Amino acid sequence: MEYLTIIFVSIFVNNVIFAQFLGMCPFLGVSSKVKTAIGMSAAVTFVMVLATVSTFLLQVKVLDPFGIGYLQTIVFIVVIASLVQMVELILKKVSQPLYQALGIFLPLITTNCAILGTTVIVFKKNLNLISGTIYAFGTAVGFGLAIIIFAGIREKIDLMDVPEAMKGAPIALITTGLLALAFMGFSGMG
Amino acid sequence: MNLAKELYRGIVKENPTFVLLIGMCPPLGVTNTVINGMGMGLATTAVLIGSNMVLALIKNIIPDKVRLPAFLVVIASFVTMIDLSMGAYVPDLHAQLGVFIPLIVVNCIILARAEAYASKNGVMASAVDGLVIGLGFTIALMIIGVVRELLGSGSIFNIPLLAEDATTILIFILPAGAFIAMGFLIAAINKLLKRFQ
Repeated sequence: MEYLTIIFVSIFVNNVIFAQFLGMCPFLGVSSKVKTAIGMSAAVTFVMVLATVSTFLLQVKVLDPFGIGYLQTIVFIVVIASLVQMVELILKKVSQPLYQALGIFLPLITTNCAILGTTVIVFKKNLNLISGTIYAFGTAVGFGLAIIIFAGIREKIDLMDVPEAMKGAPIALITTGLLALAFMGFSGMG
Repeated sequence: MNLAKELYRGIVKENPTFVLLIGMCPPLGVTNTVINGMGMGLATTAVLIGSNMVLALIKNIIPDKVRLPAFLVVIASFVTMIDLSMGAYVPDLHAQLGVFIPLIVVNCIILARAEAYASKNGVMASAVDGLVIGLGFTIALMIIGVVRELLGSGSIFNIPLLAEDATTILIFILPAGAFIAMGFLIAAINKLLKRFQ
């Protein structure tokens, strides 16, 4: 039950895009087509869960026992960068179709702040390994949900007659704002 | 090098937030008050100046294959210094900004300046570039902060400007309002820039 709550809260109530503002770059950049949005969210889910598990173990088993917890930021970003590179290499070798589907998104993920953000937030929230992993999974699903909904709306916006100055980022941000308003309906639940 | 011209470039022509639209998380996440926006902007500026200078210094000894990880380690070291100093000297602001301080590492602006400027120019020029781009970012954050704080809580720099019982538009200090305020601001700036060109 506790885990269900974590999943529900991280997907809907504390949505990574609409409530925490993490991962805005891929959200605004890669969300013009539903198909690419699905690819991106699959890649993010994969890396986010892996990154959270490995950074958690690293912090608890290596950094904390040696009293060098303050190196968190440096260590985490290196772990995430190498993890992304490793996942790319393994996918290329093991599964060509999966690599073709996710490959182009992987380099972008290193600088996706949702990943580093989630790995840090897991410690700020004092989660343990299992609840932290579930939290990371829920956050990634929330990211996917947001980016896929938004891509669907954006495909429609492209056909609309938008005022010149509002074209591009402004209309995208205002649409996101309205979506965030809708998601506020979930606040207080869970 | 003309400092006025460089300032114009960083703050208006190549403003990272309003014109280039990179590093969009902090402008949305920490601008519910002007002070938060300013603190975040100055912290990012400090990291930007430091990382630009160091990367300009060592650009020739970094092998091309490990360029990105090497850049990230340098940037992350500066972020850690800023993170720890802010925790010591301005603990309240540090707590308010929360996870966004370590996230300066993955702010696209910093990596973009390292890639586009510091890896091609000298130390002094890179420091100036870091300063002007950082100021452009800080000013953008403060503008968004002014709009959101004024509309959402009726104050600026925590100084109340409206009568005590005045109704404010609460939505502007909530996440949804961040997106809406930012969207309208970028549209207005697009329009203004077009008129002056």
